[in-house]
Parts: sequence; structure tokens; C-alpha cells
Amino acid sequence: MISRRDFLQAAMATTAIYGGSGFGQWSRLAAQQALTQDRLLEFDTFGNVTLIHLTDIHAQLRPIYFREPDTNIGVGDNRGVVPHITGAEFRRFYGIEDGSPSHYALTYDDFAALGREYGRMGGLDRIATVVAAIRADRPDAILLDGGDTWHGSYLCYHTKGQNVVNAMNLLRPDAMTFHWEFTLGTERLLELIEQVPYEALGQNIFDAEWDEPAENFAPYTWFERGGAKIAVIGQAFPYMPIANPGWMFPEYSFGIRESQMQETVDQARSEGADLVVLLSHNGFDTDKKMAGQVTGIDVILSGHTHDALPEPVLVGETIIVATGSNGKFVSRVDLNVEDGRMTGFRHKLIPIFSDVIEPDAEMAAQIAADRAPYEGALKEEIGTTGGTLYRRGNFNGTWDDLICDALLTQRDAEIALSPGVRWGPSLLPGQAITREDIWNVTSMTYPEAYRTEMTGEFLKVVLEDVADNIFNPDPYYQQGGDMVRTGGLGYRIDVTAPAGKRIDNLTLLSTGEAIDPARSYVVAGWASVNEGTEGPPIWDVVERYVAEKGTVTVDVNTSVEVVGG
Amino acid sequence: MTLTRRHTLLAGMAAATAALLPLRAVASVDEAIAEFTGGADLGSEGITLTAPEIAENGNTVPIEVAAPGATAIMLLAAGNPNPDVGTFNFGPLAASQRASTRIRLAGTQDVIAIAKMADGSFARASQEVKVTIGGCGG
Repeated sequence: MISRRDFLQAAMATTAIYGGSGFGQWSRLAAQQALTQDRLLEFDTFGNVTLIHLTDIHAQLRPIYFREPDTNIGVGDNRGVVPHITGAEFRRFYGIEDGSPSHYALTYDDFAALGREYGRMGGLDRIATVVAAIRADRPDAILLDGGDTWHGSYLCYHTKGQNVVNAMNLLRPDAMTFHWEFTLGTERLLELIEQVPYEALGQNIFDAEWDEPAENFAPYTWFERGGAKIAVIGQAFPYMPIANPGWMFPEYSFGIRESQMQETVDQARSEGADLVVLLSHNGFDTDKKMAGQVTGIDVILSGHTHDALPEPVLVGETIIVATGSNGKFVSRVDLNVEDGRMTGFRHKLIPIFSDVIEPDAEMAAQIAADRAPYEGALKEEIGTTGGTLYRRGNFNGTWDDLICDALLTQRDAEIALSPGVRWGPSLLPGQAITREDIWNVTSMTYPEAYRTEMTGEFLKVVLEDVADNIFNPDPYYQQGGDMVRTGGLGYRIDVTAPAGKRIDNLTLLSTGEAIDPARSYVVAGWASVNEGTEGPPIWDVVERYVAEKGTVTVDVNTSVEVVGG
Repeated sequence: MTLTRRHTLLAGMAAATAALLPLRAVASVDEAIAEFTGGADLGSEGITLTAPEIAENGNTVPIEVAAPGATAIMLLAAGNPNPDVGTFNFGPLAASQRASTRIRLAGTQDVIAIAKMADGSFARASQEVKVTIGGCGG
């Protein structure tokens, strides 16, 4: 890898934002420097408190490719503003040079070509090196895990989260909040929480029966750093029993609970907090709204919607930090806290270029040890991809097009539905598709690929319902996923229309005929939140399809017409 | 497909259909409010309605109302076939004017609370509660 490292060193970049004054300077500061581990980690230690933020790793412990979205539409007040800009527009906004490492890390275009140049990103062993370096600067830095950590891979599924917990315990976070972890089921989740030496947080995790704060999750926890009292409040994903199968964790209720959040902040302040940090799995737009509604939060470390932002977004006196997903980034936030308030900050979104940052030997050994018993199954090559396979984006991506094709053919259906989740790494053209790759985009505890009948009318209800979860102009009504992916079904969507009126022109692609509201269609899908769903696991369906095809090439998908984006 | 799932789907469809019939409901909501207030003006201060933005289960949605100093609070589910949920009355010895309950919502709709204050004035609060068929987040 020496040649790639040399190339990267010649080519590029690091970042450092200095308080408010550095805004807009991200890449210009960056472009003057070469890409080395030292440069990536370079940071002029500031103030008296350091926060390190990791979120939405989705069990990706080894370096991966991950293509950022080409379509990420904002509605209402969030139309056209960060994080709802993509590609060249994103690069112009932050002053990122075309073809630069930042282009590759943060935007989608030329992904395959840049991926070959700059290599995979992430890897918990590389992240361990970064965390160790930050702790060398500031030994009492607070490491916070925003959740969606114990979910998303073959190994995580087969060890019921154990391999990720083993690795994270070496990294030693100080607190964590949650989302997909709950889909391990209550019993296993509580078992794992027992194993971790750090605090499990969620001010919005309630006992479903009594509608009172749940006893296994603290609303907030305390740290004393640099003479300052710091309260870290947790906010779990608000819509878990709706977006995920509530029957797997029936003891719990969630929700935004804004007034409860204000009470929690007020309580922390009255107990002497000099700094209030919110470790959030709300999603970015929800965090932005909450920052404007709830007073007294200094820093929101934002997760769930997988946005990676090179600079914090300011709402009033609250800064919102978004750290991306799949282990691609780590955020370091240095703060000056004095006289009971935050008086300044310095922030850096550290891109984890896996060929530049040395793996931490102890972490690499832990990951390898947990992997060893499964290595043969993981590495088995099922087929090859002709083009880039990616998922992220508001509408169909090539991975889900492949999954929908698999459902249509293997399950003999007219229409296929694939959930609009945002996790799942990418593959470059020509890469082998291994069993591990298939599981990286399908792994979950409710994988049954159902086959059922739905009327045309009900299909529209489904599409409208999901569309409102994404395009409701009030972020508190959004759930933070992308649109359900469709196979065999085309439609037109006006994202600016009111609920129930966004979707029309539903078309059965196999005949080109309009969908008949009264007719029943054979529909195959997966990830149903309903208990008792039957069918083979989706990874088996996809594996059979890829094996039969050998080389898979996904055609350009033009079946969704987007209006008002 | 099992019966369980089919029933769930049917329930989801029923909810969606109910949401399409707001006219009759709205009329009776207005009637109920007029009956409760005698046509008096409605303020917006002094009453707090706490409800989830999206219901985890439309069959049992936790709702809390509070209006310090109120003698009664009426609760309405504007989109239900029968919008009248109930009225909480607070006697002079009530330690606080706060009540919580769980209600069933036929579909996405506004939940409305009207408080009658001790001085005879009225205050209104409302919030949309979305009832969804569930899906796939993040």
C-alpha cells in the first residue's frame, strides 16, 4: 500500500475549523496540506473539554466503500439547506475541490474512480488509532457512541452483537444511546448493556405500561472535565416501535418527548451543569428543530440520518455535529467551558482513510479473533458486480434494485418492496460479491422475505405512508429513513404535496399499465414489522439470485419520477 | 401469509379509510365545543396537551392534559367516528388540574383539548397525531 499512501500524501487534505471564524474555509485550509496520518489527526488542542463522536457504524468493523447520496431532498424549512445538498453543490458550499479526498469522502459523483484511488474508509482498528491519538492530546476526552452500532453484519447477527461489543469495549466509550440495538430483542439488549462498562442513555426511553422513564436507561450522566461539570443527555431513536418491530421490545415506548427534554435540560442545569451535551439519535432535521425549541443545550451530537458535515451547524447558541456513518468519520469537538457556559469551540470531522491511518494492533487482533470462526463463510464469493452497488439516496439505489430483482424472480412476484434503510456499504464495479457483502446490506433480526397480495389501492396507501415519513414538512413527524424501494412498480412523487397526495401515476412496469386500485397484485418484500411474517431470509433470496446470475449488472432505474425536489 | 399479518393490513386500511371522512366528524367537533363553551371565545394560554407526534399504537395513544386553575377539561379526537373522548372535572379540592388517559385513534387526526377556567374563560390546545402503518426507518 506504499504507493497509494504516497499518492494520497501528495494529493491532499485535512480539516480544522476554528470557532465561528473558520466557516466556509474547510477545504481551503485542507487543500494546502498533504494527506498523512499526522495531518488527518492534526488538531490544535483548545479549551478545557474534548468530545469524540462516533455514530451509526452498523457493525462495519473493517474498512468499506460507502457512497454518499445523490438525492437527499429537504422539505419545509430544510429545503436546499445542509444536509440537503449533494454532489457538486455540496462541494461548492464547503469549498471542496473536485477530485480531492474530501470529494470522495463526502459526495457521490465519480465514486468508482475515486474509490479506486483513495481506497476504503473506516475500520474500527483505524478509529482506535484516531481515538488513542486524541486521548494522547487530552487524556480525559469524552467518547460518545450515538447508536446503531450493534447491528448490520453477518458477524453481528450470528454473535447477537457480541463481536461489536467486544470491539467497542476496547475502544472504551463513556456513554451510548440506541436504535437498531433494540431489534436484538429486549432480553439480549439488556444482557449486552450489562456487559458494557459505559452508561446506556435515553431520556425518551419509557416503560410502555406505566409511561414512566425506563429503569435500565438513564436520561443523562455526569462528567467532570477541566473544572467543568458536564451533563450528557441521551435521546434514542424516537420511532422505534413504528419503524422497527415493536413486538421485539414491547416493554418500551419512545417518542420525541420535547417537553420531557426541556425538563431534563433544566434539571441538569439546576444541578450545576456548566455544559449540556445531547447525544442524539433523532436524525439531523429533528435535532435542528429541537435545538430551536429546547433551550440550554450547548452541543448536539447528531446521528441516525447518516449525514457527514465538515462543519457544525449553528442554531441559536447550540452547535450540531453530524459524523456520518459506517465508520467513515470521527468527530473531535474541543470546547472552552467557563463560568457555567460554553464560550468557544473547535471542530474537526476526521475522515478515516483506511490506507493512510495505521490500524491499532490490539483492536485489529480482537476483530480478527471474533471473525476467525466465520471467515470461510464470510469470504465466499457468490458472484461479481458489473457496476457500483450502493444504497443511500432518497429513492432507488442499485443495491436495492438488485434486491428487488431477486425478490421478483426468486419469489415469483409482480411487485417487490425493499425498505428504505440508510445503512449498507457499497461495492465498486468488478468487485466480487461475497456472502459478507450481501449480509452487509440485508442483515437484521426480521429478514423474512414475504410473498403476499396487495390491492392497487393499498399499494398507494403504503407509498403515501412512507413518503410522509420522509417528506412531512415538520421534522418531528419524520422517521429518518429513505423512500421504500420498488421493483416492478413505477410512480411519480411530488415531494411538496400534502400527505396522501404525493404519489400518482402508479404503473406496473411489466405491462406498462396503470395500477388498478381494485386489482390484487402479488407483492414480495422483506423487513416487515409485523409479527408472524413468513418467508425465507432475504439474504438467501439475494444469494441464490446472485449465484444464478454470476455477474450482476443493474440497469439504470428511471421508474420513479420526482417532482418538486 | 398468516392471518396475523392479514388482519394487521386490514386494520391499516380501515384507518386510512376513516381519515378520508372528516366532514361529519368536524361538524360534530364544532357542536361538541359549542355545547361545552356556550359559544365563548377560546384562548390558547394556560393549557398544555401532551401527545405523541406519531402514535406507536393507534389503539392506545397516551394523552395528557393540564390546565392550572381549570374546573373542567374536555378532550376530543377530531377524526374519530365519535370524536367525544370525555371531560375531566376538577373539584375545588383537586391538588392539580392534570389528567392523563389513553385513547383510540381511527387514523391521523387532531386531538383537541378545551379547558374551562374558574373565571369562566376557555382555552384550547390541539396537536396532530399521526397513525401510520409502520415501515422502515434508518
